[in-house]
Amino acid sequence: MSRIKKHPILSFKKGREIHFIFDGHQIKAYQGETIVAALHAVGIRELSKSIDLHRPRGLFCSIGKCSSCLMLVNGVPNVKACVTAVEEGMIVESQGGKGMLDIQRIKTIPRKPPKIVNTELTIVGSGPAGLSAAKTSSKLGVPTLLVDENPKAGGQLVKQTHKFFGSKDQKAGVRGIDIADGLHEEIKASNSRVLTQAAVLGLYREDNGNFTVILKRDNQLIEVKTIAIIIATGAMEKMLAFPNNDLPGVYGAGAVQTLMNVYGVKPGERALMVGAGNVGLIVAYQLLQAGVAVEAVVEAMPKISGYHVHAAKLRRFGVPILTSHSIKKALGRTKVEGATIIKLDKNFKPVEDTEQDIDVDIVCLAVGLNPSTELARQAGCECHWIPELGGYVPIYNLNLRTTIKGIYVAGDSAGIGEASTAIIEGKIAALSALLGMGRKEVIQSRGKAFKELESLRAGPLGRVVREGKRKIFRIAEEVVN
Amino acid sequence: MSEWEKTGVLSLNDISGSIPSRERFKAGPVAIIECIQHIPCNPCVDACPFDAISINGGMTETPKVDFQLCTGCGTCVSICPGLAIFIVDLTYSDKKATILLPYELSPLPNSGDKVKGLDRGGNCLADVEVLKATKKNGSGLVSIAVDKELAMEIRNIEV
Repeated sequence: MSRIKKHPILSFKKGREIHFIFDGHQIKAYQGETIVAALHAVGIRELSKSIDLHRPRGLFCSIGKCSSCLMLVNGVPNVKACVTAVEEGMIVESQGGKGMLDIQRIKTIPRKPPKIVNTELTIVGSGPAGLSAAKTSSKLGVPTLLVDENPKAGGQLVKQTHKFFGSKDQKAGVRGIDIADGLHEEIKASNSRVLTQAAVLGLYREDNGNFTVILKRDNQLIEVKTIAIIIATGAMEKMLAFPNNDLPGVYGAGAVQTLMNVYGVKPGERALMVGAGNVGLIVAYQLLQAGVAVEAVVEAMPKISGYHVHAAKLRRFGVPILTSHSIKKALGRTKVEGATIIKLDKNFKPVEDTEQDIDVDIVCLAVGLNPSTELARQAGCECHWIPELGGYVPIYNLNLRTTIKGIYVAGDSAGIGEASTAIIEGKIAALSALLGMGRKEVIQSRGKAFKELESLRAGPLGRVVREGKRKIFRIAEEVVN
Repeated sequence: MSEWEKTGVLSLNDISGSIPSRERFKAGPVAIIECIQHIPCNPCVDACPFDAISINGGMTETPKVDFQLCTGCGTCVSICPGLAIFIVDLTYSDKKATILLPYELSPLPNSGDKVKGLDRGGNCLADVEVLKATKKNGSGLVSIAVDKELAMEIRNIEV
């Protein structure tokens, strides 16, 4: 683990040098980075201990969705160290088991009085879908508030160093990082507001049909009064069951991307990638770009499911992609020190005596995603199990309206897809929300967006998503009205 | 299931539709697009200044190069998100051909460097000379000289 000195695509602008205390030791960091990134940069991967067995815990998702990185920060327990920016003089402690609240200490923390903010459209999540929705509505002059829990807007886009697929309309040929910056700039130039490090605690329908969204930001509660809401909360990486899958050094692919591509920190020196879908292939290639060796990509299916061109990029560098293989276990006591892989037969059963130990300090999981539907469920949106879309998904009609009037959904939280289609869904959700507010002139542009979406999902590789969406729309005919 | 779906490595047979005739190769540099899967992607079509690349019947069809219109200019190489386009020039010298390939690792080699020439599976086939290395759209573009018989085999370098 160290900082990346030279990267073929990215240049890392470091903030001011600051210092914080971790378990009694002074650590050098740079303003703007998270606690976890700063700790990884100096080789610290263990963040806490598990509740019952006191096993070491490290980073897993790095987007504030799992609870693997909870730490004690300035005396406050259960702080998500992966989305909390490090500050000068901050006191960070690894957390042993359940965090205990020290009431006396909490009382001394200054709290700001709650405030009320009025807007017309509130968008939760600033990934490709959320940014695109915010850009669409702000361009049409609708007061919009875009909120995100992370320290930086852009969702997964800010980690994508590769050029995007799709067509000119979806910025094909442009790198994800540049797409995020471009969209963000357009929104900033409008009257709309982007609030980062703002966690949505809940959303509630008022008697007049409008909504109140409760935000927590910087020790302050914010009540947002809004007419419509777009939920674009993205997805969460799936875990895979194998012995030692909880060791520090077992990461979700997105976490590896965050460390490398947002904060310029190498997660380790040698990696095993589990999963040869697009995420696995792309992140394996990004590991090479960060100067990390990729010892192998294993894939349980008999064929590579990601785009061939992504696989070809890896193979040209001699990275083996082993189909019909999986990880049997991670090796090591307090951190990943290796992994055992094994061959699978056509029924996905391990083949005896085919184990192979490989020398790695990173096990990176790219075995699929689950839509993040917590907020939709809390709000009362009806959800159904749609395996083609990654699990439970809120039900919505073609206009992306959920079972609650005024609440729309877009991007991965509406079913796992990819960034180009998320950008169009964001646009459709925003236009639908505006239509709901009586802006009839948007009908034509929404029609165009429907066509774009259809062309991106054409072809054999779009089959599964098409089937999932068909299921959703069929259910929606009965429950969305 | 084709072998490439398992291995990620294409054979010349898999890309036979993207390989120009012997006569066309004799006429100078030409684009070889190694993109045979139905993915939603078409920026190469817009990138080509000579309208030599077309995708007919929807975005998820595969691109076709009109080898008579293609000048081997290389504009498409730095645009292709899949890094799947290579410019091959068999007219470089009696024994040598050149390959222009995308290279996105750090550091970029320098002109005159001897580097390893790797095939589609990452195997080293020969030491090759770097003629030129530039950066365009953030991607490295490297031109190498290789023995003519390796012009359709070498697709990467190890610096």
